[in-house]
Amino acid sequence: MMKDKGIAFKLILSILSICTLVFAVVFGYNYLISRKIIIRNVEVNAKNLAKATVNRIDMVLRSVEKVPETLASYLENSSHTDHELIDMLSAVVKNDAEIYGATIAFEPYAFNKDSLYFAPYFCKRGGEIKFTYLGGESYKYFYMDWYQIPKELKHPVWSEPYYDVGGGEILMATYSVPFYRRVSGKRQVMGVVTADISLTWLQEIISSIRILETGYGFLISKNGTIVTHPFGQLIMNETMFSVAEARGDRRLREIGRKMINGKSGFVPIKSIVNNKNSWMVYAPLSTSGWSLGALFPQDELMTDITSLNRIVVLLGLAGFFFLLVVIIWIAGSITRPLRALARTTEDMAAGNLDIAVPPVKSRDEVGKLTDSFGYMRSSLKQHIKELTKTTAAKERIEGELKIAHDIQMGILPKVFPPFPHRPEFDIYATLMPAKEVGGDLYNFFFMDEDHLCFTVGDVSGKGVPASLFMAISMTLIKTKATKGLPPERVLNSVNQDLSLDNPSLMFVTLFLGILDIRTGEVSYCNGGHNPPFVIRANGDVEAVRTTGGMALGVNEDFPYQSNRMVLQTGETLFLYTDGVTEAMNKNQELFSEERLIEELAFLKDKPIQEMVSGVMEKIKVFSQGMSQSDDITMMILRLKD
Amino acid sequence: MGKDTTIICAVLLLFIASESWAEQTALKKVSFIPQWVPQAQFAGYYLAYEKGIYKKYGIDLTIIPGGPDNPPSDLIEKGKAKFATLWLSTGIQIRAQGIEIVNIGQMLQRSALMLVAKKSSGIRTPKDMNGKKVGLWGPVFQIQPKAFIEKFNLDVRVVRQSYSVNLFLRDGVDVASAMWYNEYHTILNSGLNPDELTTFFFHEYGLNFPEDGIYTLDENFKKDPELCRAFLRASIEGWMYGFAHPDEALDTVMKNLKKEHIPATRVHQKWMLDRMEDLMLPGDASIPIGRLLPEDYYRVAEGLKENGLIEETPDFSSFYQNCMTHDER
Repeated sequence: MMKDKGIAFKLILSILSICTLVFAVVFGYNYLISRKIIIRNVEVNAKNLAKATVNRIDMVLRSVEKVPETLASYLENSSHTDHELIDMLSAVVKNDAEIYGATIAFEPYAFNKDSLYFAPYFCKRGGEIKFTYLGGESYKYFYMDWYQIPKELKHPVWSEPYYDVGGGEILMATYSVPFYRRVSGKRQVMGVVTADISLTWLQEIISSIRILETGYGFLISKNGTIVTHPFGQLIMNETMFSVAEARGDRRLREIGRKMINGKSGFVPIKSIVNNKNSWMVYAPLSTSGWSLGALFPQDELMTDITSLNRIVVLLGLAGFFFLLVVIIWIAGSITRPLRALARTTEDMAAGNLDIAVPPVKSRDEVGKLTDSFGYMRSSLKQHIKELTKTTAAKERIEGELKIAHDIQMGILPKVFPPFPHRPEFDIYATLMPAKEVGGDLYNFFFMDEDHLCFTVGDVSGKGVPASLFMAISMTLIKTKATKGLPPERVLNSVNQDLSLDNPSLMFVTLFLGILDIRTGEVSYCNGGHNPPFVIRANGDVEAVRTTGGMALGVNEDFPYQSNRMVLQTGETLFLYTDGVTEAMNKNQELFSEERLIEELAFLKDKPIQEMVSGVMEKIKVFSQGMSQSDDITMMILRLKD
Repeated sequence: MGKDTTIICAVLLLFIASESWAEQTALKKVSFIPQWVPQAQFAGYYLAYEKGIYKKYGIDLTIIPGGPDNPPSDLIEKGKAKFATLWLSTGIQIRAQGIEIVNIGQMLQRSALMLVAKKSSGIRTPKDMNGKKVGLWGPVFQIQPKAFIEKFNLDVRVVRQSYSVNLFLRDGVDVASAMWYNEYHTILNSGLNPDELTTFFFHEYGLNFPEDGIYTLDENFKKDPELCRAFLRASIEGWMYGFAHPDEALDTVMKNLKKEHIPATRVHQKWMLDRMEDLMLPGDASIPIGRLLPEDYYRVAEGLKENGLIEETPDFSSFYQNCMTHDER
């Protein structure tokens, strides 16, 4: 997929995705850390707030606690008349601003043997000090929490908040202290001294807690009953646990349990007022065991960081788009000339070298590439021009060489059998030049009725010069070998002519024989040529004795000598040039005389034409596809019955 | 009965008149008082009223809200209410005092009264209560606990318990009396978890005292048994509708509590409604709804007698008038 996309796309995708990643990491890290710092600060502040508020409430409650505690210990140690008690209570309620009401409630018949109830009670109902006796059929205080719990527990207790019907008639909490008397040596509870506080001031303290926009404080009692809360309908009606149950919130219940068990903490929570994620600090009142909670809405705490983050994200986005534009621009400036260049190159590839490369606007890599293409175009054009010229010249030369080849081949006898009317012998020859024209030669002709002159030669060098020298040699041999001349005379004569005017110092090796077809006698002269082989009727292959002559065209006065031998019927004479024995294979090995002798012995009974093609085939196999480096010439002469 | 109700009644009457004039004439004016405030303990009656089920049964009902100022036995005796709900034990006591009331339908089959203790006080079994303080309510509520204490031969200190459970919550008593549908839930919603509590349901200890039942004067029943049957069936239908539509039932309960200015929490009323279903339709399908079984009757009467709350056990056949036929459930 990616492979098919352009450079611009790849650039944009990779750079922008890496930028986004880097930005996201930096942003995320920054957000997390700053959030952590804020939360840490909030936690410290929240705990301080809770501590301060709790201390403020506790201070008041503790001062309230002192009053009934003092009264209780006073009552334990001395007896009092009802008037004294009433005066004491009256003074307490009058003088202590925090105390709403107070009573000294006695056990049944404990104060007076005739009365079940005795509990004088003062309270500040409606701003006035009111006095009443508590107790009666509709106010059996023995079974009321404020009386019964401290009595059973035998220690002072803060009551749950309650609306005191038939007593204080307000929402209040009561601190009750049991007092004792010794009755027949045993310390017994005689009653309970109480001090009531109105919960109004408590509610005022808590509701004065203002945290940011929507944060708030609340107070729960020891039972989890909600004492103050911004939601008025919860007060005294719900507990933290009923709220948790209604909301199906097990965590809230667990937090509530921690609160009523005197724990303090700082926890994340969902506000039940506005469902906002908030932090809540909670701490217990050391006096009543009630618990204060205060909620800090997270979004408001995070307002600053949120607006900062919004700006950072916006900046990031702006940067992102700026980067996008820049990358598109850069990518365009790279790819536009590249695309133009690609189009031009396609045209060039199609052969249009006259098309101009796009103009170079910059000196960057693309500019250099365009320059190079321009240079390549002109070089190619020049080269092709030269190549065309050279090719034309070469074609002309090749044409001429072809003609030269045809001419050269034309001067060699090529019709076999050449003398169909002479059944005494067979003769066959072939010449394979390594190039178009070569320096090998062969010839045979009758000097008179019974004498066949045959010759094989090899001019030094190759190619055109050799072929010209060969043609001269051929012509000289043909003209010099006149009737009745022995071979050495022919060679002497040819040698003199060749040496006479030979500025390029070329030479030719030559074997020339004259066969008397009547007798089979061959007189021959060898001018530095490979000695031919005689294949005897019994299969022996022998080299023809040499005559010790040197190549022609070197020494004008060299005296050539000849030898004689006799060919029996069925015997074969094999003449060749060094192209046969010096054919080379890949391993630089020569075909060699040994292989040739072996092959000749093998082919001895074949018709002469097949012998030649057999040897040629063998050479081809031996050279294993190596190109022919020298002209190859073979001639075979066989006497017949 | 405010002005609004009168208008609603008038509209309803008009509506019914257009449908069936005959039925309208047949509506009998009847008043009913449940033994306590209109909490979910009485959801079925209020719902049957709300849904017009009583009218369907030919009853033009007025519900007199119960509460501490309105003892139902008084209203019944003085003829101010034709029907009332009472605990079975209360019903027997009243009958034994010579007031000729009859039970026309036993609504709760199980006793909801229970004892509850904190596991932290070491109480796991009845035996663990030995030497502990046990909070008990008034005489009628003491019969089962006392029988329980006797049954396990326990030595406990009884402390009179008030209406709040704070004494128990502050460890003023080790064991508290509780109604399963009320105080037990209050304890849970004061922050104690069920697994921190040990509960003793009396019906599990052979001390099942079925509670709420419907009562009327014997003469009322004799005069118009059909009306009694209709009232019982309409009430049961109201309950069944409430169990099938708890949200609707709770809406009705909360509305009526608000009308009486009684603070209430919906989760508490929901708990109460759910427990009512458990008590009215216990898993044991052999107990038919609305029926009073003789064995339950005699168990309660014996308990009362042993505690000196009654002198003679009234005759079951004169006390209970079966208003359900066998094929009804």
